[in-house]
Amino acid sequence: MSVATIHIDNRTYTAKDGENLLQECLSLGFDLPYFCWHPALGSVGACRQCAIKQFKDQADTRGRIVMACMTPVAEGIRIAIDDPEAREFRAEVIEWLMTNHPHDCPVCDEGGECHLQDMTLMTGHTYRRYDGRKRTWRNQNLGPLVNHEMNRCIQCYRCVRFYRHYAGGKDFDAFGLRNQVYFGRERDGTLESEFSGNLVEVCPTGVFNDKTLRRHYTRKWDLQTAPSVCVHCGSGCNTIPGERYNTLRRIVNRYNSEVNGYFLCDRGRFGYEFVNSERRVRQTLLQKNSSEAPQPVGKQEAMDYLAGILANDAKVIGIGSPRASVEANFALRTLVGRDRLHLGMSGRDARLLAAILDILRNGPARTPSLHEVELADAVLVLGEDLTNTAPRVALAVRQSVRQQPLRIAEKMHISHWDDDALRHAAGQKKGPLFIATLAGTKLDDVATETFHGAPDDLARLGFAVAHALDAKAPQPDLPDTMRAVADTIAQALKTAERPLVISGMSCGSEAVIRAAANVAWALCGSGHPAELFYTVPECNSMGTALMEGKPLEAAFRAVREGNADTVIILENDLYRRADTAAVNAFLTSAKHVVVIDHIMHATAAKADVVLPAGSFAEADGTLVSNEGRAQRFFQVFVSDDGVIQESWRWVRDILAATGREQESLWRNLDQIMNACAAAIPALAPIVRAAPLSDFRIEGQKIPRETHRYSGRTAIRANLNVNERQPPPNDPDAPMAFSMEGYPGQPPPPLIPVFWAPRWNSVQSVTKFQEEAGGPLRGGDPGVRLIEPAQPGEHAYFGDVPAAFEQRSDQSLLVPLHHIFGSEELSVLASGIAALAASPYLALHPDDAAQLGYNAGEAAQLHLERTTYWLPVQLRPDLPRGVAGLPAVLPSLEGIMLPCWGVIVKKASL
Amino acid sequence: METPLTGNIRPGMEPPDLPQYEKAGGYRALRKTLQMAPKDVMALVKESNLRGRGGAGFLTGLKWSFVPMGEDAPRPKYFVCNADEMEPGTFKDRRLLEGDPHQLIEGMIVGAYAVQADVAYIFLRWAYKVAAQRLEKAIAEAYRQGYLGKNILGSGYSLEMHLHAGAGRYICGEETALLNALEGRRANPRNKPPYPQVSGLWGKPTVVNNVETLCNLPHIVNNGALWFKSLSRSPQSDGGTKLYGASGRVRRPGLWELPMGTSAREILEEHAGGMRDGYKFRGLLPGGASTEFLLDEHLDVAMDFDSVRKVGSRLGTGTMIILDDRTCPVGMLHNLEHFFAQESCGWCTPCWAGLGWVEQILHGLEQGQGEAGDLERLLSHARLMGPGRTYCALAPGATEPLQSGLQYFREDFERHIRERRCPWR
Repeated sequence: MSVATIHIDNRTYTAKDGENLLQECLSLGFDLPYFCWHPALGSVGACRQCAIKQFKDQADTRGRIVMACMTPVAEGIRIAIDDPEAREFRAEVIEWLMTNHPHDCPVCDEGGECHLQDMTLMTGHTYRRYDGRKRTWRNQNLGPLVNHEMNRCIQCYRCVRFYRHYAGGKDFDAFGLRNQVYFGRERDGTLESEFSGNLVEVCPTGVFNDKTLRRHYTRKWDLQTAPSVCVHCGSGCNTIPGERYNTLRRIVNRYNSEVNGYFLCDRGRFGYEFVNSERRVRQTLLQKNSSEAPQPVGKQEAMDYLAGILANDAKVIGIGSPRASVEANFALRTLVGRDRLHLGMSGRDARLLAAILDILRNGPARTPSLHEVELADAVLVLGEDLTNTAPRVALAVRQSVRQQPLRIAEKMHISHWDDDALRHAAGQKKGPLFIATLAGTKLDDVATETFHGAPDDLARLGFAVAHALDAKAPQPDLPDTMRAVADTIAQALKTAERPLVISGMSCGSEAVIRAAANVAWALCGSGHPAELFYTVPECNSMGTALMEGKPLEAAFRAVREGNADTVIILENDLYRRADTAAVNAFLTSAKHVVVIDHIMHATAAKADVVLPAGSFAEADGTLVSNEGRAQRFFQVFVSDDGVIQESWRWVRDILAATGREQESLWRNLDQIMNACAAAIPALAPIVRAAPLSDFRIEGQKIPRETHRYSGRTAIRANLNVNERQPPPNDPDAPMAFSMEGYPGQPPPPLIPVFWAPRWNSVQSVTKFQEEAGGPLRGGDPGVRLIEPAQPGEHAYFGDVPAAFEQRSDQSLLVPLHHIFGSEELSVLASGIAALAASPYLALHPDDAAQLGYNAGEAAQLHLERTTYWLPVQLRPDLPRGVAGLPAVLPSLEGIMLPCWGVIVKKASL
Repeated sequence: METPLTGNIRPGMEPPDLPQYEKAGGYRALRKTLQMAPKDVMALVKESNLRGRGGAGFLTGLKWSFVPMGEDAPRPKYFVCNADEMEPGTFKDRRLLEGDPHQLIEGMIVGAYAVQADVAYIFLRWAYKVAAQRLEKAIAEAYRQGYLGKNILGSGYSLEMHLHAGAGRYICGEETALLNALEGRRANPRNKPPYPQVSGLWGKPTVVNNVETLCNLPHIVNNGALWFKSLSRSPQSDGGTKLYGASGRVRRPGLWELPMGTSAREILEEHAGGMRDGYKFRGLLPGGASTEFLLDEHLDVAMDFDSVRKVGSRLGTGTMIILDDRTCPVGMLHNLEHFFAQESCGWCTPCWAGLGWVEQILHGLEQGQGEAGDLERLLSHARLMGPGRTYCALAPGATEPLQSGLQYFREDFERHIRERRCPWR
């Protein structure tokens, strides 16, 4: 985009030619009010709030009112924001909106962070002249996550544009007309979109609010907040959790133009309540003799006990965790020794992760950021049900299908921000997007073609696509129909400008991962620089993989063979990772089991020592996302339960207790991070992911509390009316648990809250961006750890698996993932729990008929050692001979899927 | 006086069927058109000075000229007849639809051929049930005769035609809202540009023309541009005849095909027979509810697009609503603004919020609850809902009778406030 000289209020500026004037005015720092425009949703010209005056030329003194959002920047144009007529009109728009808006700000959840409040003040509309009745609505129950209060609606249409157009939701719409447009569902019911929570931030006022926040409501200005990273999948979305009175109150999006942009998934937004869960470990627990349950003890007693069991010739091993920070895992590695660290995942998962890492490091294809996923113009998804395994990636892929249609619109001279015109011009055109998965996915509605098959068949399709792109790639023996599909996919990828291949670990197949690599490499080798994106299951799967360590089975073996007797388990419930019997045997035969975690789970229940760790909200650390992006999360609050501390601090305390002097001197995060960087070169850049603890601006730290934080002397008034003196010190971060500190904008990794003078709502993020909708000023947070080797050709993977063959007496059980239910921590949040899937057995209707089952009937399933009774669900989208089990639901843990099992015929029961 | 549009129409009778229509010279224009190059049809219509009869008066041939032509043009192209006649006081298209459906169909094929459209739609007002039935029959007849469908009369040109009835919303008469409704979307207007000729129905090149406009086409093709211009009293700017109408307390309310540019006085006094006994003329809306009032002093204006504009109003649909001295102008405006407020699609704030407020103020005045400041409020609304400030022309149209009514009948408004009642009740 070229640059144009424009005149605003008789002063000269440069702006992007062809960009809409609202965006450019905001980028230039003007406070021009708006509602319906959103940087990610474009312009539609509905609210008429951003009116400005446009003049024909210098001689034109009358000008005419235009909407800035619908007017393109052109060389030499003259506009006025500060024009009496434009000002009058903007104030009138607010007055119009207020004719129906209830003046309920004091009791409205949005109050204090309401864009409508901000815009009202900005336009200067203060006195209410309308004395008529206001229209009133009946609200809907939209489920456990989002609250509905339609009377506040100002009909800006952002909600429906986000929900339907951007996120692909189908159960939400605008109904009715005139001043009576209703935004909701056809009838009461839980919003079906996995991205419904974004309505809370998309809505400029209080129609859609966070229902989980309502149960423990706090004003934005009273929250203590810190920059954080979502822990509920591997995508690394940036978040801002907020705390008050020792409980986490909510999570909002933290803008990062390279990662999550403006949007989160509902698991990420509403999963936070596990931090307040009754399952939290809040005390140091010690089992003094094996017949008793562990009892709360003082920290010193626990440390003395640990010093005892770890002294002398204890044969200690450590089990780390892909949901614990790099620093916590590294501390454990330091404690037990590099050779005695286990990654806390099954050998299968470790192998898959290692394969991904190897492909991304040594192959020519680059892993894109989430934003770059949106820009891909041809996508092949191999094996991943993205909406359920990496939801934010699914939302990005949904945007990618607009890339090619956008080019058609460009030829028709439609601006890229003219949202309605773009959608009309694109018509039904979308993609290309090809989805090859175990069963149907929620992205299928925008797919050019879908293919369902067993993991091996998905891999074979991938291999065939690679072969169609490059004859040197190995060729599977395929039926003509599948070959035709492969050719279509290859053709679409080859003719695209930014082809992308997405795969991942969720179908448990190394062949699928390799096939995806072959496709991307075949493209790279033939001069089509393809990107390659793998989803990994947990928030630090990548970080753990970079650390290297042994699989869980090796730990089991070590104890079984007497090479270890004491086990330290870090933030990990082994029952989710391995067969119940195997874990039982392991935990029983180990002499001592020490668990450091923040929630009580089956593994912790069998430990003789449980140390209460800080959750992500009570700790600092680094997580590496599936992009390979290392990002720092900062402690949000210091728990009132004084003994809770970061996992790595517990390990340090153990080191100290056992007399390991050097490491016991780790006084803060910087020191352990530096140690980690020195020990593991691949992780060295994590030090640069955010400013270190000694960073100061004008000698000050960044305050976690807003300058309007109220009641700091009253919060503990029942105990002491004096202010807490001093506020808890934070040795780990350049941030303070206080209102005091640097009042300006911090560097992006340290932004605890988006706020700017006159901009109290989330819309204030614009003030932190280089340009409206662009990168954060100073660079988006995070540092990429994985870049590809030299581009060009690469030796292909061989080993094309044989075609899947149905067995007459067995079914191949495959994992079906659930955004709500399959993840360990978020299911402890009440809102997520309410939506979590229940166990079932999914069968193709013909298979079900053969076995004699109808939908809903309980079927008997035999796996290696266990028998399950599960209600049958009919899924015509499943391949024959393949049965689906919901992945890692609480009662279905420890099953290593895919695996063969026997579904007993109903007749033989 | 020639009346090409209504020549076949016998009010109260069944319309001509296909043989009768053909006997009267029907589908001759189609045959002739198919012998011409599309660009020549377009040139002919341009030359005829035919202007859009929906109310905006845009030159029809010029409108067509923005459609991409040639091999590379996106396909399919669409040709849409706007038969969603819902402008208050307007009933001219109904006469043509019910009275001579084949004339419209022939006109549509001619127009579609000119822009080389592949598919044609008639978007019909929901309430026009009789027209729907007659059009359906006529379309079927035209298909049977080979005037529609593949390879029309062996010309190689193909056109499919569908009838679609709306759900009964005024805004569907706005051409881009009509297109959204046709696509099954909410009937919100679209922003222009891009114009429908470039990105219309389903993103494809689309022309939308009014019923009366299209009905002129066979006659232009048959008789030429010069003849067409000669029908008009304002041939330099407007060609053809015009269906004029009058409603209100006149002796003979009705509809007449007259030369374009016939004066308002002639229509009112000669054709409508003047005011009924006991009623005096106070003003008229020349072309439906969304035009500005004209007073007695304006009655000699030629009712063509440019002349009416010169006296401060718009020709609009050419069907006049007459205000008499025994009808409360505030009540009349309240009625109109109620209609507009009700028909706002709910998209842009000035329209959905502003019109609701206007309606409420007028209601208050009628109820004797008017207050000082109400008229200023109304005036400022009329100003603030003007063109460019709203998303489409609905709200600016709604303000035209409002602001001119306030200008011409200010005293009536003030009496409502002073006397705290409607003096007409």
